Amino acid sequence: MLALLRRQINFGAISSSGLDRSLHRFWFNGSRGFAAAAKEMTVRDALNSALDEEMSADPKVFIMGEEVGEYQGAYKVTKGLLEKYGPDRVLDTPITEAGFAGIGVGAAYYGLKPVIEFMTFNFSMQAIDHIINSAAKSNYMSSGQISVPIVFRGPNGAAAGVGAQHSQCFAAWYGSCPGLKVLTPYSSEDARGLLKAAIRDPDPVVFLENELMYGQSFPVSAEALDSSFCIPIGKAKIEREGKDVTITAFSKMVGYALQAAEALAKEGISAEVINLRSIRPLDRATINASVRKTNRLVTVEEGLPQHVIEESFGYLDAPVERIAGADVPMPYAANLERMALPQIEDIVRAAKRACYRSVPMAAAA
Amino acid sequence: MALSHVATTSRSQLLKPLTIISSSLRHPISTDTTPITVETSVPFTGHKCEPPSRTVETNPQELLTFFKDMALMRRMEIAADSLYKAKLIRGFCHLYDGQEAVAVGMEAALTKKDCIITAYRDHCIFLGRGGTLLESFAELMGRKDGCSRGKGGSMHFYKKEGGFYGGHGIVGAQVPLGCGLAFAQKYSKDENVTFALYGDGAANQGQLFEALNMAALWDLPAILVCENNHYGMGTAEWRAAKSPAYYKRGDYVPGLKVDGMDALAVKQACKFAKEHALKNGPIVNFSPVDTLETTLVELLEMDTYRYHGHSMSDPGSTYRTRDEISGVRQERDPIERIRKLILAHDLATEKELKDIEKEFRKDVDEAIAAAKESPMPDPSELFTNIYVKDCGLEVYGVDRKEVKTMLP
Repeated sequence: MLALLRRQINFGAISSSGLDRSLHRFWFNGSRGFAAAAKEMTVRDALNSALDEEMSADPKVFIMGEEVGEYQGAYKVTKGLLEKYGPDRVLDTPITEAGFAGIGVGAAYYGLKPVIEFMTFNFSMQAIDHIINSAAKSNYMSSGQISVPIVFRGPNGAAAGVGAQHSQCFAAWYGSCPGLKVLTPYSSEDARGLLKAAIRDPDPVVFLENELMYGQSFPVSAEALDSSFCIPIGKAKIEREGKDVTITAFSKMVGYALQAAEALAKEGISAEVINLRSIRPLDRATINASVRKTNRLVTVEEGLPQHVIEESFGYLDAPVERIAGADVPMPYAANLERMALPQIEDIVRAAKRACYRSVPMAAAA
Repeated sequence: MALSHVATTSRSQLLKPLTIISSSLRHPISTDTTPITVETSVPFTGHKCEPPSRTVETNPQELLTFFKDMALMRRMEIAADSLYKAKLIRGFCHLYDGQEAVAVGMEAALTKKDCIITAYRDHCIFLGRGGTLLESFAELMGRKDGCSRGKGGSMHFYKKEGGFYGGHGIVGAQVPLGCGLAFAQKYSKDENVTFALYGDGAANQGQLFEALNMAALWDLPAILVCENNHYGMGTAEWRAAKSPAYYKRGDYVPGLKVDGMDALAVKQACKFAKEHALKNGPIVNFSPVDTLETTLVELLEMDTYRYHGHSMSDPGSTYRTRDEISGVRQERDPIERIRKLILAHDLATEKELKDIEKEFRKDVDEAIAAAKESPMPDPSELFTNIYVKDCGLEVYGVDRKEVKTMLP
């Protein structure tokens, strides 16, 4: 069986944590702006259907990674694909990220379209040389001769209780690399549309999923269920319109931001929540337009903070508030872990500060 | 040794089955394909396989092509040395002179549909794959007529239509990439192979074994070629590797040790490896390993030597003696070996060969002059080729308020 001794993959955590269930229920009650949809789909199924359709449409697409085949995927994202497409197109690899990431990039040089799965993006660090030096930079170094139509995908960021080495968020790291496109889906529609776009894209794409989102259900429109559905890369989505403060977030934090917006609404603050969807390129136009409308900005992310929009500085009525992961490797103890990651109350507090509704904290030394 | 043996017997007319051209029937050498049989300098040493014969079939046309190709490569590298010292080439410059036989022998065994990938000592491999002198010098000087339009530099030459995938700066990274090319060839059912070249320094990289394992496991048409020039930068092989028998390091993967200064030996070994990888070769040459299935992957070790230091910033004499360097030049130089062979078989005169070399000096000088005329890339090229497909990304220059563009 599996020698997962060095991985604390907790399959049970997927949709069993109390937080997740309350998140789902809360979101569903408080949501607005979704078209009446006949169907609901989990993020996991959305990813699976996207992979299935793209593999069906293009024989050059293949999947490579640990446990993606016979095990049906460490998180079941690739379930059923081995049976359908065979071992030539769904390849189980040894636990050697540097090797198989390099092999994937080499195959992309030749014109195939690999989808390389990292069991978590923490392990991508073993392969980061190939992602950056062999994939991201090749088109530039060869002045267009060697393009790399590859997708690196897998869960990113913190799960629950998996400790420092299994919880890092890589959005800001990969997001600062020219030559890469970096996507961060939130909902099932995001997952479907962005993964299909990523596979079709001729450039290397880092596709950052989130383990705790896999089991979450979202309604999906009929349009999103069509096999040609694609979401353009580089466009953010306004999940909730508002007028007092802009909150930007991506991946799991979008859900938190929406909940924060609900809480703020009760206090008379109307928050606009932007789901970034794409870290690189960042949809600066949407963010700037929103900030110029609300004059206040709170950015939310789990990991190390990214660059901020400076062009709208003149429109700000208050300093930009940044909610990000604590400057520590992820601790294991549950209470410490909670303190290391953004919580809804942190987003609410920051938004209130931006709206002058709370006593500003004394500047820390 | 082997060469002088050939020289004496060729005049004796008594020898069979060596086939000789007598001077009275001499065809124009550049189209003459009458077979000549030559013995390699040393026999091959096999690891988990029956090595190929040291008797190589060649012909006057091939020998002259070898001579010309190697002489041109040599001339290009020497010229690059001068250009670097004249500060027309900047940054890194890793020269290949001494190792030409590997590039040339390999080309003789492959087609342009086969793939080659190597590290940063790539100028001559580029030439072998169809690159031109102008593309080479212009790239070295960072001009827009370079093969990467000036954006790659010495370590990043590519020629995709010639099956050359670079040109890589990270030691060892090219080996998994090469196995990826082989993967794609098998996936696409192309009946072609990939040669992934690496040095004795890179031979210790973990990712090499990761890739080798997968290549062997999945039966990929990959041939790993260790260009063992005995020094990883300034570190001699015995100081870096517990086992410098690189052809054995594949363990379950069959290996071959080759005299990398002998272009004909290189050709023979590469042909053998390609046939083995495509399963077309005589299976009798290959013996299975215990009860393990045979693997398609092959690992070739080319025993070669670089005259220059690791790069232009390394004199190359602090970790090896000048006597060693000049000794190799006298005993084993690849161009001299072919020259002697050509002269011994009466395929050309010494003057004719010298004239060819003079011709090439001129060609190189002309290419350099043309490359010097080539302009530097347009400033807008700073932002081109980041992506194949734009997605509305704004990119900024150093001063975000001054330089900004939407990707075209």
